Amino acid sequence: MSEPHPPRLLVQPAPFLRPTVSTPGIMGDVLIALAPTVVAAVWFFGISALLLIAVSAAAAVATEWGLGGERGRAAVRDLSALTTGVLLGLVLPPSLPLWMAALGSAVAIALGKLAWGGLGHNLFNPALVGRAFLQAAFPVAITTWVAPGGPLALYRGTLAWPFLSAPPDAVSAATPLGQMKFLGAATPAGALFWGDVGGSVGETSAAAILLGAAWLLARRACDWRLPVATLGSAALFAEICHRVSPEKYPGALFTLLSGGLSGGLLFGAVFMASDPVTSPLAPRGAWLFGAGVGALVVLIRFWGGLPEGVMYAILLMNAVSPLIDRALQPRVFGARPAPSAAPGAGTGP
Amino acid sequence: MSFARTFRHGVHPHAHKEATEALPVERMPFVERLVLPLSQHAGAPARPVVAVGERVERGQLIAEAAAFVSAPLHAPVAGRVAAIAPRPHPSGRLVPAIELETDPLSSQRLPAGPPLDAGALDNESFVAELQNAGLVGMGGAGFPTHVKYRLPEGRRVERLLVNGCECEPFLTSDHRLMVERAGDVVRGAEIAAAQLGVAETVFGVELNKADAIAALERAVDGRAAMRVVPLAVKYPQGAEKMLIRAVYGVEVPSGRLPLDVGMLVNNVATMTAVADWFDRRRPLVERVVTVSGPGVRRPANLLVPVGTPVRAVLDHCGGLAPETREVVMGGPMMGSPLASLDVPVVKGTSGLLAFTAEEARLPTEYACIKCGRCVEACPQFLNPSRLGRLSRAGRFEEMMGYHAMDCVECGSCSFACPSGIPIVQLIRVAKGALRERAVAEAAR
Amino acid sequence: MSAILVAGGVLAGLGLLFGLLLAVADRFFKVVEDPRIDAVEKLLPGSNCGACGQPGCRGLAEKIVVGAEKPSRCSVSSPAGLEAIADFLGVEVGDADRRVARVHCGGGLGRARQLASYEGFASCRAAHLTGGGGLECSWGCLGLADCVRACTFDAMRMNAWRLPVVDPDKCTACGDCVEACPRDLIDLMPVSHHLIVQCRVPLAADEARRLCTAACDACGRCAADAAPGLIRMAQNLPVVDYAAGGPAAPAATFRCPTGAIRWVVGEQFAGEEAPAEARRIHA
Repeated sequence: MSEPHPPRLLVQPAPFLRPTVSTPGIMGDVLIALAPTVVAAVWFFGISALLLIAVSAAAAVATEWGLGGERGRAAVRDLSALTTGVLLGLVLPPSLPLWMAALGSAVAIALGKLAWGGLGHNLFNPALVGRAFLQAAFPVAITTWVAPGGPLALYRGTLAWPFLSAPPDAVSAATPLGQMKFLGAATPAGALFWGDVGGSVGETSAAAILLGAAWLLARRACDWRLPVATLGSAALFAEICHRVSPEKYPGALFTLLSGGLSGGLLFGAVFMASDPVTSPLAPRGAWLFGAGVGALVVLIRFWGGLPEGVMYAILLMNAVSPLIDRALQPRVFGARPAPSAAPGAGTGP
Repeated sequence: MSFARTFRHGVHPHAHKEATEALPVERMPFVERLVLPLSQHAGAPARPVVAVGERVERGQLIAEAAAFVSAPLHAPVAGRVAAIAPRPHPSGRLVPAIELETDPLSSQRLPAGPPLDAGALDNESFVAELQNAGLVGMGGAGFPTHVKYRLPEGRRVERLLVNGCECEPFLTSDHRLMVERAGDVVRGAEIAAAQLGVAETVFGVELNKADAIAALERAVDGRAAMRVVPLAVKYPQGAEKMLIRAVYGVEVPSGRLPLDVGMLVNNVATMTAVADWFDRRRPLVERVVTVSGPGVRRPANLLVPVGTPVRAVLDHCGGLAPETREVVMGGPMMGSPLASLDVPVVKGTSGLLAFTAEEARLPTEYACIKCGRCVEACPQFLNPSRLGRLSRAGRFEEMMGYHAMDCVECGSCSFACPSGIPIVQLIRVAKGALRERAVAEAAR
Repeated sequence: MSAILVAGGVLAGLGLLFGLLLAVADRFFKVVEDPRIDAVEKLLPGSNCGACGQPGCRGLAEKIVVGAEKPSRCSVSSPAGLEAIADFLGVEVGDADRRVARVHCGGGLGRARQLASYEGFASCRAAHLTGGGGLECSWGCLGLADCVRACTFDAMRMNAWRLPVVDPDKCTACGDCVEACPRDLIDLMPVSHHLIVQCRVPLAADEARRLCTAACDACGRCAADAAPGLIRMAQNLPVVDYAAGGPAAPAATFRCPTGAIRWVVGEQFAGEEAPAEARRIHA
């Protein structure tokens, strides 16, 4: 006979095999996917970009920790606050004063997330809530674009004191989308792809974003349908407009590549629209959500008063995401009348 | 990536079958005392037909079926009836059981009777014979087999599916049965198919059991309207509706039975038991049990007399490792945890698994981030995330609108959830409460 | 100018038309309702708990006014409140005894034998389905407070033995806890019934005592000591039948070796010393 058995066994409900992925793991994958973009941001916008991202991330984590109570501290451990902070930092213009970034980040967590009940309960993408707040509060600062200044660049706006207007940067530059929209000038595709253009720190380099997207999809960290549907629908609608009036509207290729620009379509599609919390759960809902974002982006870009469109497009679709979820519940197995398998197989009395 | 047939959704847990899949089935020696709970099946408990102190022969009827949905019990050993009293059941409850004292001097031969010609029986007597054999579903649910074979007026079964998926990780009892007793699996299916008059018999086996597929193909050889269908490896392919979907692409309508699409699904172990009963007149008194898991010293596939205490089976396998914290009866996805090792192996016991503290550690729970992994895992196309949320809020009635009752409790959602939310557990609780309310409602 | 006049005229006309319609409807479609229903409804507690079997307090008010129910059918209201309704309508209060939820298990932590420890989703119903929560007794309280969570009147709490305690003053006999308990351990009993069997184990002698130190071992002393006919033994448990005998007295419980039958006035499990393990936790 064997030695005495353990004195007391455990009883747990089935299943006894544990999940192989975890929520912090998914957040970690998003952070890894953001790494190339962060590198590109620093490469083009220097120390300013680095500080911007770091301050935004730190403010997000601090806010979650400070205001979130017990659950907030858990949220710090699950890396979601850090992810939100980094995301926000990447969609800000390079010369934005750091104090504004910190404020935006705090608002993103406090109003975009905690006010809703914390992770998983928020209706809107927190990072975009922060961005929208900054857009409303500091409309000039957030639309002040500078040309890429290299890895050592430190723009004068970055270290401005709170509520004091910063001295304007010597070299300001319009974004390619702005140039297109207001000046009718196109930017070369190569610059757009690598990111050597004006724009938000993390949105200019299509190459870096695509690298991150590849990681996200390979790790299945987001629903692939969301970015695919968003980009596909934006390209489709842009192409239609382009065909109708070629001289007025740029085509699909430019729309996709200008993801690297202030509009940030590519960045938005890959990192913002794909946020699982604020997008529909079921696959059919994901297609509809992405299609809606794409259509709204084109609508705002071509007919709206802003060159910027992705942020509002995503926020608007966030708002209808629960409705989509309710309308497009998955079809239950066997709900469709099954084709008769064999002659004589009745479907019941 | 394979292109073999399968159903939609589902999950891919690590198979963990390497420890036992190549081990031939060995016979577990008879132990001193056996406990046979009177309910080893769904439905009415069996009614004892022996008295305390009475001597019984191996294979003798000791408890009869108490209703149509019920199954009789046969003595797995020759010996003496020691008691008829409440005994611990694997479910954790104390239920009436017959305790047998093994006769150490008996040869324990299970005499083979003259074969019974199943072809000569009409549906009613065939069903009665299946019940007499004490057959219950051997995949774990324990539904009396004969009930499936009673065909309502005007209903026909066109296709017989023999379930050799064994999609639960760790388990290899069906696998070994298919390899070692392929002839009997096919023979049992042949008997059932002839009785039902089916147009086709299909053996569905997952691709990770190449030797079982080969053995069945050899055994099938030459028989008309019988074929082996290899299936891609995925959980829960062994669920009836998933198997039908995998093989024929047909969805059994929600709330209906396979019979409603002219099909019948049986486990391979049930098929060998059918062959045993009709060809050799041997009732169901023993079954193959996989003993495995990190807490087991010597993993094995054992032929165990029904009623053998779990403790004895584990001891036969070298006992438990000291770090064992949890013992599970059945597979790791749908099995049940044992509160005590003093419960018997029953007819539905496909495996005994021992886990250490490391495997038993509950996942850290985070907020639901609506990632949709559960939706993509659910083979019944439900929305487990929403069902779990409603259950936690106690909104059980609302869950009916989201088809909670269609849940097969396969556990794929909990396994897929990165936030460690006990989704299937939440749904199970709601289903239990809803069923209770329905019963109370009906009584009113 | 004329546009304003036309608009004003149209609006005024519409107003007149609808006003007329309302007046006609009020005159011809009037439902005569007993004004006492409103008054009685105001006198009822207004918790709409449904314990009386009616869809809310108004439902009961209607029944009381037409004499189909007695005021005492409301188990939530105080005696004075019921008296007020009876006075108002000039009817009897009725003799329906006020009922409260009573728990039929006195086991709990340290008394009922725990074979294995339950871990996971904290709900009695989940534990019940999971190897019986590791409790050897298949009938006993699992202690995970499904009933307390179900109680909307804040009348229940878990005590140091992890047994639910019902505050009889707050309990409205709504029956939510009865439904919540997966082991059917809670029952609504008239508050005047003081003999409570705190066990549901249908086993006798050592078999019962092995499960739990507070289990009824079917010794039958209570039945012998009670007034003739009051208590009989059925399925190894005492059954108290007030209609069959009486009067009930505490003496029936004095010789109970395990405390499975109790004379309860007010709260159950009152004045029992906390178990060692629980004391340690609370120290």
